[in-house]
Amino acid sequence: MSDTTTLAKPRNRRPSWVRRHSPPYWLSLVGGGWMLAFFLIPLVSGLIVSLETGNPLTGYHLTWNWSIYKQLFVHSDIPYTTFFLRSLYYGAATTILSILISYPMAYYIAFKVRDRWKSPLLFLVLLSFFVSFVIRTDMWSFILSNQGIVITALRKLHLVGKNFHILGTSNAVIGGDVYNNLAFMVLPIYVALERIDGRILEAARDLYANGRQVFLKVVLPLSRAGIFAGVLLVFITTVGDPVVSSLLGGVGTYTIGQAIQDSYLTNQQFNVAAALSTALMVVLGIIMFIYAKVFGTQNIENLV
Amino acid sequence: MPRRELLRTAGAGAGLLGLSSLLAACGIVGSDARGGADKVDWVSYWREQKRTGQLNFANWPLYIDSEHGKSESLVDFTKATGIKVDYEAVIQGDAPFYAAIEPLLSAQESTGYDIVVMTNGWYLTQLINSNFLVELDHSKLPNFANYASDLVKNPNYDPGNKYSVTWQTGFTGIAYNTKFIDRPITSFNDLADPAFKGHVGMMNDNVELGCAALLRMGVKPANSTPKQWAESTKWLEKQRELVLGYYDQSYIQYLENEDTWITQAWSGDVFQANLSGYPHLKYVVPKEGQVVWHDNMLIPRQAQNPLSALEWMNFYYTPKIAGIVEDWVNYVCPVPKAQQYIADVIKDPTVANSPLVFPPASITAQSNPYYVYKDYDEYETWNDTFNPIIE
Amino acid sequence: MASNVSVPEQRRRSPWLASFYWLVIFITFVPIIVMVLYSFNNAPTSRITFAWNGFTTYWYRNLTQVDGLSHAFVTSLEVALISAVVSVIVGTPLSMALGRYRFWGKGLISSMVFADIAAPAIVVGAASLSFFLSINLDTGLLTILIAHIAFNVAYVVVVVRARLSGMDSSIEDAARDLGAGPFTTFTRVTLPLLWPALLAAGLLAFAMSIDDYVITSFVAGSTVTFPLFVYGAAKVGLPPQVLCFGTIIFFVGLLLALANGVLNRRHLAARAATEDDATKIVVETKQPAAV
Repeated sequence: MSDTTTLAKPRNRRPSWVRRHSPPYWLSLVGGGWMLAFFLIPLVSGLIVSLETGNPLTGYHLTWNWSIYKQLFVHSDIPYTTFFLRSLYYGAATTILSILISYPMAYYIAFKVRDRWKSPLLFLVLLSFFVSFVIRTDMWSFILSNQGIVITALRKLHLVGKNFHILGTSNAVIGGDVYNNLAFMVLPIYVALERIDGRILEAARDLYANGRQVFLKVVLPLSRAGIFAGVLLVFITTVGDPVVSSLLGGVGTYTIGQAIQDSYLTNQQFNVAAALSTALMVVLGIIMFIYAKVFGTQNIENLV
Repeated sequence: MPRRELLRTAGAGAGLLGLSSLLAACGIVGSDARGGADKVDWVSYWREQKRTGQLNFANWPLYIDSEHGKSESLVDFTKATGIKVDYEAVIQGDAPFYAAIEPLLSAQESTGYDIVVMTNGWYLTQLINSNFLVELDHSKLPNFANYASDLVKNPNYDPGNKYSVTWQTGFTGIAYNTKFIDRPITSFNDLADPAFKGHVGMMNDNVELGCAALLRMGVKPANSTPKQWAESTKWLEKQRELVLGYYDQSYIQYLENEDTWITQAWSGDVFQANLSGYPHLKYVVPKEGQVVWHDNMLIPRQAQNPLSALEWMNFYYTPKIAGIVEDWVNYVCPVPKAQQYIADVIKDPTVANSPLVFPPASITAQSNPYYVYKDYDEYETWNDTFNPIIE
Repeated sequence: MASNVSVPEQRRRSPWLASFYWLVIFITFVPIIVMVLYSFNNAPTSRITFAWNGFTTYWYRNLTQVDGLSHAFVTSLEVALISAVVSVIVGTPLSMALGRYRFWGKGLISSMVFADIAAPAIVVGAASLSFFLSINLDTGLLTILIAHIAFNVAYVVVVVRARLSGMDSSIEDAARDLGAGPFTTFTRVTLPLLWPALLAAGLLAFAMSIDDYVITSFVAGSTVTFPLFVYGAAKVGLPPQVLCFGTIIFFVGLLLALANGVLNRRHLAARAATEDDATKIVVETKQPAAV
């Protein structure tokens, strides 16, 4: 019983202030350092490049050219502001549609199926994402083409006229975005719903709440964090996406994501691309900040 | 966020800004200052080269004869010269390929290829201006002098063929679907016919777009001025509401799938569409003229087997080999005598008699090359003029 | 938790919800079905054509015929594997720091992780390219790895930290009380408990890396990854072999997931059995004290 002498002595016998406080810093060194060097600093680097002038042959030099922002968004021949607003619209429409489609699905899996089916059904939602999204989106551009199954069927049923087409329209782009982001919205909402203790729902019903009231007053508010996470992911991904609008879009669907990609890779205007990219980041940051404040999520970093 | 955290974040932000300013104060080095800035004595360069047994050839997809994964032309080349060919169809666009090789050339490293194929245009001009290409030794290219057509000799973007010899030529004109359009199509103005609203396709390559608009005005693109460029956009802006989309090479899919009924098109794509289940698509040379462009074989600097590259170029410019390739690729052949070979030996009248593959003088007379930019500012002006239409 | 609902509640059927779910699932699978179907379509021009030209397995038998496709696929696998492993190794200590300690700068680092996940790929890609250009680092395989690890670390932190917060730290305290140093505690106690989360984080990082198009398109230089190849080819005309690759990947993934599900069930059953035994032992050892 009195074996204290055989117990090994703890190694940190003289914890200095440093020893006591340093572990988290050592632990965070590599990970934090990597993100600092290769995520944060490049973002600032993007801002700096946007203020440079020059061309790829003679090189770029920092001239603190803040007027580039006015040039791109106020005076430009190319309507970058329109692209911006259009991308924000696509983001909003996609987010709202996503919620409308994903919520019932998450609700179904969380509440209406037996435990042993939950994982498989959830898995089915994710299964199609195994295939590269570029391939899937390209397949859609065939399915939705004028000669494709969808339009031919609609025409045979006389539901649409001869001039009806889907590809090349904003709706095709939004549809593609919703399709590609489905899992990002279903998963967070499902996780949030799954955490709701079923007894609360029973209690509500015992207190004479009907189905609709239970949903609106109990379930929906409790799943707010899940919706918030989903909205964050879907909105931000959609606003910046260049792929869907280029594969499924046409005239009048050019997005800011495409503009950034083209100005970097095709037109070689490094400073323009950096400026557009920095502006996008700032605008999205502001929108998300306001959204978080309005919907009451206190400390954003605690979501992580 | 409590004020303390806000201040902390602001402080961190300022620190980052300062740090990155240090980094970026150097700016971005231009490609003129790197890589190609040295002067080269090409005569001694070629004298020093030794024959190797290898050739690394980068090209566009579906641009060489291919039967079950093997190319007869390449096999013949290896048999005749003993040089092994590593053929890679990795070029999918001028801009992305240029972006891929430019950093290597700027660092004076090898791109890994001895021959690359690029379309004439800004990127080719940049490669020439930045001194990233090897000057060809025409004493080793007698077949080019003997067999090449006039269309590919001494082009405006490479006078004297100092750096390039053409691999394939192409025409850009108009294609339409005869199932939906009865009347004959003859002019660029047909692309703006209100009857085709919502079914017109145009190219998003702003060079093709601009050339079409200039030709419609009666201006030859090669001799055009920036004022004329601005002038030509007026028609394009009016046409915009009729256009379904501005496409890259996928325009042919939209035409085949009947989303578009009439579109700007490349001659070879229409030829191949006719053969693969779409015989009702027709290519026409507009009365104002069509556009001609060339995909050219180039030797990038720091290539490891430049002599092999020259040998292939010489080997290709013969009726037999060019004929074998052309029978498969179906663009415009740079060797007119190959027509005989295809007709007599391969016995393929569809290709041999096609005016799209072996155009008669009347058609080549109507073919107009692109404008050649003198410097980056002109290139930017062209972009700034025509990009607003596409975007 | 939602399964705490009483049985009659749970069984209340809602055919509308069920049909809606299945309808959406069906729609998500339509392009997959098309892809599988057309990977067997004969295409005379070696580019996929949507006119049906007859059934053939030619493309499967000649998967490597397309220049650059297999190489791109292998490159993608390598990048995904390396970035997954490195980001787990780099991210786990960071998640432990964030999950177990309170220190100055914790809020900042957490915000940075959050921003890394939330930042749109196009901004990250453009910024990364600006950065590499500014420091004169040539784009290629190295820059792809750097950029992928940079975003994967954030995903790893989120997954591992979530698991850590659910883990009872009293086990680690007990180990320390028994004299184990921090390193031994970590390798003998924390790591085994954390292992499923590390695996999940690694798989997530692998998946995010292998399908990444936007960021990679900016920093790839002359290297070609699978999504880059497909996007470039989609503009020119997809070779049918791409569809074959997609089909193969899909079925391999499906099989792996099914196998994982089956193994999981057996593992859970085995664990339940041993837990029953463990409970019995605890009860029996407690008896004497009670007496």
